[in-house]
Amino acid sequence: MFVASSWPAKGVLLLLFLLLPLSGYATDAPEGIVIDVLSNHYEPVVFDHELHVGVAEDCSTCHHHTTGTGTADSYCARCHSNEAEQELVSCQDCHLADPFSAAAINVKSGQDLFHVDVSGLKGAYHQNCIGCHKEMDGPTGCQDCHARTEEGDRFFYSGQFAPPPAEDSGH
Amino acid sequence: MLSPAKKALAAGNLAGFPDGMGVLVDLTRCVGCRSCEAACNREQGLPAPDQPFDDYSVFEQSFHGGTQKRRPTEKAYTVVNRYESEASDKPIYRKIQCNHCNEPACLTSCFVGAYTKTPEGAVTYNSKVCVGCRNCMVACPFHVPAYSYSDPIDPVIKKCIFCYDSRVKHGMPPACVEICPSQALIFGKRDELLKIARQRMTKDPAKYVDHIYGEHEVGGTSWLYLSGVPFEEVGFDTSLQQEPIISNVKDFLGTVPMVLAIWPALFTGFHLLATKGKGDHHDHGQAEEEGEDS
Repeated sequence: MFVASSWPAKGVLLLLFLLLPLSGYATDAPEGIVIDVLSNHYEPVVFDHELHVGVAEDCSTCHHHTTGTGTADSYCARCHSNEAEQELVSCQDCHLADPFSAAAINVKSGQDLFHVDVSGLKGAYHQNCIGCHKEMDGPTGCQDCHARTEEGDRFFYSGQFAPPPAEDSGH
Repeated sequence: MLSPAKKALAAGNLAGFPDGMGVLVDLTRCVGCRSCEAACNREQGLPAPDQPFDDYSVFEQSFHGGTQKRRPTEKAYTVVNRYESEASDKPIYRKIQCNHCNEPACLTSCFVGAYTKTPEGAVTYNSKVCVGCRNCMVACPFHVPAYSYSDPIDPVIKKCIFCYDSRVKHGMPPACVEICPSQALIFGKRDELLKIARQRMTKDPAKYVDHIYGEHEVGGTSWLYLSGVPFEEVGFDTSLQQEPIISNVKDFLGTVPMVLAIWPALFTGFHLLATKGKGDHHDHGQAEEEGEDS
């Protein structure tokens, strides 16, 4: 078992990532990954990496050009076609968990044109996943993947924290 | 003496502060989850909503005979609305809040100077000096400022302040941007956001209409929008001028001091010239006539 990395809680987002152990892979790909970036409002998600390896055409469907399996995205392929496997392959290595901090914005300003619009971690997950999930009938509702915590319910004024029904909802 | 001041006032199209921040809203990414509304409510300490923030029946609400969708209120500085468009096979969601104009009409309409455009780009206001005249509500081209009608004693204007006090001032993104799961909202320097917006359009021209709403509208706004369908179909006013609203009245207002200073003296002079030597004669004649009549 190895732990990819972990950061202390920052703001409302707890940035903690855990890569669970591998087995049955020739490579060091993890079986499952616990994603609990949003643990303040949502229960952690266990991302079944093994299942997605079977579903995706190849690693580059999600990992762009870092896994040495070609490059699916034609935009990336202009520079990164036929690249060998790289050291950094996990999502968070490139997609910052805190993409709008002053430091991150400064780094971005100095970034070359091709990487100026790299999504943050949360955006990368949701944008990358939702397309396939719609096509393959995967879960698409918020709570289909991560159930809300009590704090989440309070935040959304939902469940036990729902406001009493309004008498005149038409106005 | 007056003309240099007038020139300085009319000098320009303020393109915003050079390092001003902004938010790029990509409507093609918004999934209509309303998390931004919940985050705004929490961050700004607003009262409990009428319905839960995960109640999507609010998208069915319409007002004024179905002509108007939800708008920001004193209880909600931002709202998300749903639109249908022939150009899209799925619904489109659009978040509304203050667009934080480069040259805000609310600011220029406020005679007590309650509004401030901060170097970070936020348009904030000081509710302590607000007298509740509601000029800014009329002036705003986006109909954003709301009024605390619920407070009969001291009603004030209420609107999105870009989370200035609690976040943007300290280099943090607004609460709505931070919570957005699909990063339909991204926070950064306005200049950089324009570059990113252009890049997205260049990369995928079929996905976007060729316009960045807010780049030039009413002199430019800190909040910018990309859309996959024509902007007028998702509630944007595309008839707005490119010039700041103040430009409409700047020239006229520049002449007001001149009128006030010169006209009284000028017309007093005319009057004196026109009536010189006539007054006594006229009075005399009138008196004579009156005398003859009687």
